[in-house]
Amino acid sequence: MSVLVGKDTRLCVSGITGREGTFHALNNRNYGTNVVAGVTPGKGGQDVEGIPVFDTFHAAVADSGANTAMIFVPPRFAADSILEAQDAGIELIIAITEGIPAHDELRVFNHLSHQSGVRLIGPNCPGILSPGKANVGIIPASFFKEGNVGVVSRSGTLTYQIGNELARAGFGNSSIVGIGGDPVPGSSFIDIIALFEADPETELIVMSGEIGGSAEEEAAEYIAANVTKPVVAYIAGFTAPPGKTMGHAGAIVSGTAGTAVAKAEALEAKGVRVGRTPTETAEIAAQILSA
Amino acid sequence: MDLLEYQGKQLFARHGVAVPSGLPATTVAEAVDAADKIGYPCVVKAQVQVGGRGKAGGIKVAQDRQEAQLHSQAILGMDIKGHTVHEIWVEAASDIASEYYASIVFDRSAKAPLVMLSTQGGMDIEEVAERDPNAIAKLHVDPLLGFQEFHGRRLAFEAGVDEDVVRPIAAILARLYEAFVAEEAMLVEVNPLIITGDRDVWALDAKVTLDDNALYRHPENAALRNPGNEDPQEQMAHERGLTFVKLDGDIGILGNGAGLVMSTIDVVSQAGGSPANFLDAGGGSKAEAITSAVEVILANPNVKAVLFNIFGGITRCDEVAKGLIEAFAQINPIVPFVVRLDGTNDVEGRRLLAEANLPNVHAQDTMLGAAQKVVELAQGVAS
Repeated sequence: MSVLVGKDTRLCVSGITGREGTFHALNNRNYGTNVVAGVTPGKGGQDVEGIPVFDTFHAAVADSGANTAMIFVPPRFAADSILEAQDAGIELIIAITEGIPAHDELRVFNHLSHQSGVRLIGPNCPGILSPGKANVGIIPASFFKEGNVGVVSRSGTLTYQIGNELARAGFGNSSIVGIGGDPVPGSSFIDIIALFEADPETELIVMSGEIGGSAEEEAAEYIAANVTKPVVAYIAGFTAPPGKTMGHAGAIVSGTAGTAVAKAEALEAKGVRVGRTPTETAEIAAQILSA
Repeated sequence: MDLLEYQGKQLFARHGVAVPSGLPATTVAEAVDAADKIGYPCVVKAQVQVGGRGKAGGIKVAQDRQEAQLHSQAILGMDIKGHTVHEIWVEAASDIASEYYASIVFDRSAKAPLVMLSTQGGMDIEEVAERDPNAIAKLHVDPLLGFQEFHGRRLAFEAGVDEDVVRPIAAILARLYEAFVAEEAMLVEVNPLIITGDRDVWALDAKVTLDDNALYRHPENAALRNPGNEDPQEQMAHERGLTFVKLDGDIGILGNGAGLVMSTIDVVSQAGGSPANFLDAGGGSKAEAITSAVEVILANPNVKAVLFNIFGGITRCDEVAKGLIEAFAQINPIVPFVVRLDGTNDVEGRRLLAEANLPNVHAQDTMLGAAQKVVELAQGVAS
């Protein structure tokens, strides 16, 4: 098993004819992901190495039976593309695009929350990898193998760092889910942790958070009340100065809110072990799995 | 992007929020001229993005021309909590009967704008929140519905504003909300929101933070960027399209991916070092981008050693190695470098670096090892 993406995934890539869109769509297909369609308005009828391109999501879904969308268009078109995918009946939308205006994200989030049967991952995320089954996004799949650790993270490269240390210790992953570094992520730590809790293959959950917002604190409460599987956490940004955006639009300590210390303490208070470095985080996870 | 007070007031005025008339000035002559136009008494206010300007002596009332000159002389060039005053705002003095507080915050947790109103304005709102949480009325607005008239009434009644200003307060909250949405702000704060002797409602201060990702839709706001107030090194990085934050230490940091760079800074600090910057070279960094980033890092004379921490996903380690080799050919750095390359094409990257045999470049296999090594080198205990 895995969560969100796997052998049933039928992927449609928005922005498939762009340089990055083409590269990653083919990369995902090479991994074994079933890439059934692409969308680029005005380029319907063309194909990208055999993947048919449509003008609209509606046409793509009708023709190819796509159930998952990957959004690879520039920020000014991304919110519109997410809304179009939902309107066309796509169930899972994975938005890779970085730099979407926050008010657009707010409108999209609130609209989607009123719809049933749709889930947004990202934006500003590396996507989802279920090793051995499917890769949707830009996660370098070669570093990960099948296993029983579920990973959920706000950061891409930090996930690779922790995942790679786990792989070196001999542990693989059920799925790796990047929820993204923006202020309004479509899915939260809680949403993904709930999926891992229900996934029979996942034995341990690693969550990688960072400064800004309160998603980690909310996750701590949720874990204490609802999660039976061990959770190990890492938080980045202990030494980040207040008021500065640290790369990710959502990574900012505002006044005294959103600090790494507060997040680590909230998690530890609920019995979640927090590694002080990515290495220590992987070591704690490995210890628990070997016990 | 944080606006200066007067930029925020000009933005408010575009949305029908009443503000005192005023003029900006960057020299004493301009300030005196502005004061003459506005009339006396007027207020000379330092324009810096930091709280506590009044206590620091950055806000003064001028009764006449001579005082306007004295105050602007004293305030221009003044240092307020590390911010040099390059600009002042001269505005008509207001007749203040009451000081209230109003704000709209982009509430990430609730995924909705949070509107707040209090009759206890003119002081630090976080202190008010701590001392007397009931003194602040607040509510969330559904962003798909927008601010309704009842929202304004409810806030005004719950905050306990004077009865005769319930309607004008509700109206100004609606206009602030309109400004918040139309200008794509992350924060709009008015402290104090004043009731004048004539019972008018005015925004006497303005704190506005705009969403950087939305500036492309607001060219008039994007043009407000004031490079004179930016740190020269941050400005250099900004012009080169790098994600950079200056810190106060002596170890230059370069990594790829915001989370990994934040983590690198933490790990270097834990090893006893003090990072000089945050620099995310980004996904898919090419050799030229790396060379350019090295120049930015070394523009800080405090830097005693530099750490490259790369986990290649889209970024290829061989490109990073080529960029570093090119940087050494162009600028010949005198400080030591510690380089940790892992991930896509790491073997090739390490081979290129070993072959180039750059002076004072130390390869490390792990993130922790690299952090310890760079701290040793910065402290001059090179081994």
